[in-house]
Amino acid sequence: MSWEPVIGLEIHVQLKTQTKMFCSCELSFGDPPNTHTCPVCLGLPGSLPVANEAAIRFGLKIGLGLGCELAPRSIFHRKNYFYPDLPKGYQISQYDEPLCRGGRLGDVRIHRVHLEDDAAKLVHVGASGRIHGADSSVVDFNRGGTPLVEIVTEPDIRSAERAREWLILLRETMRQLEVSDVNMEEGSLRCDANVSVRRAGESELGTKTELKNMNSFRFVERGIKAEVARQVALLEAGQPVVQETLHFDPQSGSLTSLRSKEEAHDYRYFPEPDLVPVAVTPEMVEAVRAELPELPAERAARYETELALSADSARALAFRPELGRYFEAVLERADGAPAQTVANWVAGELATRLGDADPAQSKVAPDALARLVAMVGEKAVTAGAARQVLDRLVADGGDPAAIVEAEGLGAVGGGDELAGAVRAAIEANPDAAEKVRGGKAQAIGPIIGHVMRETRGAADAGEVTRLVREQLGV
Amino acid sequence: MIDRAEVLHVARLARLELSEGEVDRMASELSAVLDHIETISELELDGVAPTSHVVEVGSALRADEPRPSLPREEALASAPAVAADGFEVPSPGA
Amino acid sequence: MSDLLALSAAQLAERIRARELSREEVWDTYRERAAADDLNAFLWVAADAPDTGDGPLGGVPFAAKDLFCVRGVPSQAGSRILEGYRPPYTATAVEKIVAAGAPLLGKTNQDEFAMGSSNENSGYGPVLNPWDRTRVPGGSSGGSAAAVAAGQVPWAIGTDTGGSVRQPAALSGIVGLKPTYGAVSRYGMIAFASSLDQAGPLTRDVTDAALLFSVMTGRDPCDATSLEHPEAIRLPSAQDLQGVRLGVPDDVESAAGIEPGVLEAFRATVARAQELGAEVDTCSLPHARHGIAAYYVIAPAEASSNLARYDGVRYGLRVDGDDGLLAMYTRTRHEGFGAEVRRRIMLGTYALSSGYYEAYYGRAQRVRTKIADDFRAAFERFDFVVTPTSPGVAFPLGAKTDDPLAMYLNDFFTVPMPLAGIPAISIPNGLSEGLPTGFQIAGPAFSENRILDAAYALEQAIGFDTAAVHA
Repeated sequence: MSWEPVIGLEIHVQLKTQTKMFCSCELSFGDPPNTHTCPVCLGLPGSLPVANEAAIRFGLKIGLGLGCELAPRSIFHRKNYFYPDLPKGYQISQYDEPLCRGGRLGDVRIHRVHLEDDAAKLVHVGASGRIHGADSSVVDFNRGGTPLVEIVTEPDIRSAERAREWLILLRETMRQLEVSDVNMEEGSLRCDANVSVRRAGESELGTKTELKNMNSFRFVERGIKAEVARQVALLEAGQPVVQETLHFDPQSGSLTSLRSKEEAHDYRYFPEPDLVPVAVTPEMVEAVRAELPELPAERAARYETELALSADSARALAFRPELGRYFEAVLERADGAPAQTVANWVAGELATRLGDADPAQSKVAPDALARLVAMVGEKAVTAGAARQVLDRLVADGGDPAAIVEAEGLGAVGGGDELAGAVRAAIEANPDAAEKVRGGKAQAIGPIIGHVMRETRGAADAGEVTRLVREQLGV
Repeated sequence: MIDRAEVLHVARLARLELSEGEVDRMASELSAVLDHIETISELELDGVAPTSHVVEVGSALRADEPRPSLPREEALASAPAVAADGFEVPSPGA
Repeated sequence: MSDLLALSAAQLAERIRARELSREEVWDTYRERAAADDLNAFLWVAADAPDTGDGPLGGVPFAAKDLFCVRGVPSQAGSRILEGYRPPYTATAVEKIVAAGAPLLGKTNQDEFAMGSSNENSGYGPVLNPWDRTRVPGGSSGGSAAAVAAGQVPWAIGTDTGGSVRQPAALSGIVGLKPTYGAVSRYGMIAFASSLDQAGPLTRDVTDAALLFSVMTGRDPCDATSLEHPEAIRLPSAQDLQGVRLGVPDDVESAAGIEPGVLEAFRATVARAQELGAEVDTCSLPHARHGIAAYYVIAPAEASSNLARYDGVRYGLRVDGDDGLLAMYTRTRHEGFGAEVRRRIMLGTYALSSGYYEAYYGRAQRVRTKIADDFRAAFERFDFVVTPTSPGVAFPLGAKTDDPLAMYLNDFFTVPMPLAGIPAISIPNGLSEGLPTGFQIAGPAFSENRILDAAYALEQAIGFDTAAVHA
């Protein structure tokens, strides 16, 4: 009997506000240590936090983008524990009254979204002279207090591959909401996974473990895969899975338990008395809603259902909104050309040539690409010739018809001209012609190749085939 | 009532070292105070909302505008131990 | 010079403004007295007068409880864990007072992190009561109270969490005002219990309290819980109490530990109030008697979290060992905190810990709601609720140090107001056994102007001589 993985994700997203969550220090990226601190983010005696309006707004934007219910009143709690990277001895987070609840992204339900402040950076420096030669670390509070949004999913994911794909969708969504740099390597997007397995068809959940430190999309997939395999092996050997936190080592692919000798965490949450409840007004929500772009999941769904694009094309266009917008501009001007064809030209041919550049900024006007697609449709140019035209458009811009004319790339059309070329090709390949007449259909190749060579690719291969057959009487 | 084991557990949570004598004294002192506090367990409080903020202020948010941070020398001025421009601590788990 | 000492702060400001006195003369006189402090009231005294310009406080020096952060000045909250700590910033309340023209004369002793009712919990030794040096001045703002009572400083500020301004004011024979929660910014006030802490003036008379409070109050963008006071604070002027309705809680007479002399002084002032035109009746605050229980859950719980930052990493004391981070934490906190602070951290940590939260913290917060509701109901019938400030007079040093619960019960009359967030004042109410007693007036949120007026009228009627113990 097979096993089914059950996966939920907890994602931390660093918000790209100007200042920290609870103080006016500018966010820091790679600045010298401890140059972005103040009494508040150092946790000096007597200092008090005041919540950043933009962070609340970004939180609401994420909530709306994920289809969550926004709490009209949410409160901050203190999460108490000791660690050198936590200056006040507590993190200001949200507990039972988060900013957003519920929601969905793609086929994964969102459990909750809440705001909190990030910890500082603790760097190991090795043996210290001062502390009796003991092992020591150094704290840099630049990162401490950076606004974070924590997104918790329901356990709706059923494979490591899907976890990775969904995380990419989430990243694109955050990117298009313009709330974060969402860079896993730099830590502005961090992902933990809750993993359990159960017998296929069972509804009860197995014991879960929490996986940490998967700092790339690839590691998320590999880490979860490794953990699923470990749990399945345990269960098949008749051993229980122990609820614990595991650290994934991407080098060795191994998982080590983070359970220390310390007592189980008891965070002693209580409402943060230094902050007042966050009151979200309908005006705030409307202002944020007005800023919302169409998000990748919605856009992909629209392309699939309304335009019948393939899932791959829809995704390719939806994940790069500039590509999607350009595609729609071309489609509008393409005068009845099939959407999938236009999508192939935009997401395939054009995107390959432009790389990461925004097509709207390129020399290829949507109008020009629309006409080129139409010419291919009308067989006025072959697909091969059109690719050459596109090269010219990317390099110099201009009108595709004029380029075809100037370069002599027009399809060698119907009738006499092509019929003459076919006749010449049959004469030049008598053996092949004999075989085709004798019923060997695949022997037609050299004759067609001859025509294409002679016409420099300007002939339509389908038309050539038809004419060869006609002249050979098969 | 709070017993020795609980006192030790709580002291650990609070990162307080207690000597042997202090554990017993703490247990008896805390028990006396807790006995008094227990009087509120007799009150009928069903349906009473807890007060966590005594004065409702409405939202008090800060504009997202940077202000100068402390110079590093000032940030580190009171630190008991400094290394590599940061606050030095014994390594966790060491 | 003795002339100068007989003047209240408001009178000093007036004379300075009229150029009958010079700022230097006032500063030098008080600087000398503060430097010669033999009550252990001051932990730090300024060397030179800072230039504070002109303002309504006209150059009259003030003292601040140690827990107010002042840039470059020792700010230790009475704790050894912050010994010598000089913050890089100044508390808003201090900044506002200085901006209004009062120079900072010194920092005053207090119970460590404001935890105490006797000032015996200071890491820097107890403060002596100028009325009787074998007795406590009350706490936790004991240094501020003793310094004002002894004429070492014209006025001072302290903080009140469960009575820490009003009770030492009462025991030292001066005026102490605890404002409405949020009326004064808490930014830069080293926290004890954030949802209760509130700064207030300790002064020789009610007019001084009004004057000092008027420049302290106001919304501060650095304190999300601060508010703009809906009324400008006026200097009090009421001569009578015509039409004022006073409620006397029905359990005042039976309060635990209430001393006959205190009760007698209280009754006498209630009678004076009636003579001034007040209507007096008993009122019921059925949950107020649970204030101590709720308070000794909420305040320690918040304190256990507020004091987690004293971890030997960024400032203050650090005691290293040979065995890593955990030992550094536990040793630093064991050596840096005094017994009462450790006790309250333990109590608060326990009350918040897994499995106990609802039974303790959750219930205490509900009791808090009930106490606030009781006051709201009372203020529909009465303008003010009046009580003795403290059930007893100043007690001998060491009398209650072995019994934490007895010490806590001392806060019986002062604890319900901060739980409800409402303002209250303590004014000197004559002597019992030769020691000062206090009369407390509590009103609805933001009723400070009316409280100050009523207190002023009673002050005139009582005629207490606050300068009696100036050496």
